[in-house]
Amino acid sequence: MTLAAASHGFLSPTGVEIAFLLVGIATLGAAIVTVSSRQLVHAALWLVVALGGIAVEYLLLTAEFIAWVQVLIYVGSVVVLLLFGLMLTKAPIGRSPDADSGNRWPALAVALASAAALVWVVVDAFRTTWITLDGVQGSAAVSGRSLFQYWVLPFEALSVLLLAALVGAIVLSRKGGDTKGAAEGSAKGAVRTPAAPVAREGQR
Amino acid sequence: MSDTLAIALRLLAVFVVFLVFPLVIGQTEHKVMAHMQGRLGPMYAGGFHGWAQLVADGVKFAQKEDIVPAGADRRIFQLAPAVALLPYLLVLVAIPIGPHNAVGQALDAGIFFVLAVMGVGVLGSLMAGWASANKFSLLGGLRTAAQLLAYELPMLLAAASVAMAAGTLSLPGILDAFHWWWVPWQIVGGVVFFTAGLAELQRPPFDMPVADSEIIFGAYTEYTGLRFALFLLAEYAGIVVLCALTSVLFLGGWHGPFGADGLGWLWTLLKTVVLAFGVIWLRVTYPRLREDQLQKLAWTVLIPLALAQIALTGIVKVVIS
Repeated sequence: MTLAAASHGFLSPTGVEIAFLLVGIATLGAAIVTVSSRQLVHAALWLVVALGGIAVEYLLLTAEFIAWVQVLIYVGSVVVLLLFGLMLTKAPIGRSPDADSGNRWPALAVALASAAALVWVVVDAFRTTWITLDGVQGSAAVSGRSLFQYWVLPFEALSVLLLAALVGAIVLSRKGGDTKGAAEGSAKGAVRTPAAPVAREGQR
Repeated sequence: MSDTLAIALRLLAVFVVFLVFPLVIGQTEHKVMAHMQGRLGPMYAGGFHGWAQLVADGVKFAQKEDIVPAGADRRIFQLAPAVALLPYLLVLVAIPIGPHNAVGQALDAGIFFVLAVMGVGVLGSLMAGWASANKFSLLGGLRTAAQLLAYELPMLLAAASVAMAAGTLSLPGILDAFHWWWVPWQIVGGVVFFTAGLAELQRPPFDMPVADSEIIFGAYTEYTGLRFALFLLAEYAGIVVLCALTSVLFLGGWHGPFGADGLGWLWTLLKTVVLAFGVIWLRVTYPRLREDQLQKLAWTVLIPLALAQIALTGIVKVVIS
């Protein structure tokens, strides 16, 4: 087995590679702070840094389209949803005494296992392939073509899965006999917050 | 070397636009509101038409004490105005004002970049609302988040319709593909986009998050001096960005009945200014929507309209190709 970098060498990294490594370290640091911080909202904001770091990594790999989608979906929507849920429930300024879960060791084990699985899959899939980043590898046109020509079946399967999750969330949020705000209910189900938006609707 | 210089010059131009235009919009808002509502205050300072009002405001903001409430989360409280303002500076880089590459930086997926980065600005309001340790601020933050969640989707769908029509995600590319009949074809999407954009900026009639009669000034209640001014500036920068984007995506940007080659940037500017005037006009004329009306408008009117627009775009696209 030959190493992927054998023909290009490890010892003369380009500026992009150095930047990739540094951003990766910063992202990892932010991610660790996210799960270890005892201040809930700070954890959510560190998550923004971690997700933004991943977007920068995509950019360095010339996957411009994926990078912006990452910012749009995760930073712009998922984190906003998270913060919304935190503010609705309990997010004191300062430390939360009950921020630590008893499940943290199993959680760590699961995280390590899934990381190992992902790394193994990527290493196994690409092995010694060397991809030259010349600016067209990750453009919107290339991503779209490969997604809808070669990967269209997994894509559709995923969308069905998401639809099932959406319907499930609506069903769960309607269980309490309350039939209002179904559209918001899907958002609520995803972060498991109580039915506070509906309560706010009652304020009028 | 000349490459670096060209890039530096472009970025400098974008920065100057970022510094000047929001202030111009702010000053215009003062004057237009004064005329429409018969307000005397903004017409006084300096003599003719109260031209010095902007300067007076600047001096006032600069000399106020910068206060951080005792119970607040200090760092996040202080960081929030920057998070609210900077995304708009980044967005301006990608908006083309004229043909032949008259854009800060042409991006392959420009439309996604613009929408993604605009969404980040709302984090500033959320941070401010939470970190102020004030019930009114928290309520304002909550309303901001609820509003963003509701209006991000129709905005994206409307923008996607234009991208479908043009067959590209790049903003200059969309304008290169533009024909005059796109305006009636995409008009529904345009209205949805502009309305959702107004809601995202929390401008009246969608200013529930800062409703002064209920929650003082929402997430910005505890802010004073320059940090407060930065939030106001973010709002005006947001108006510039939204109007410029709407004119680029739906009104043909630099295309006009004549002189598109030399005076293209003037057309973009004209459309942007007219839209900005409309934004101000809406503020003076329309009452504020209630929170439930806000949510209802987004989920039951704007999203179906945006989906219908996408369907229409798809059908026309298939028929003419």
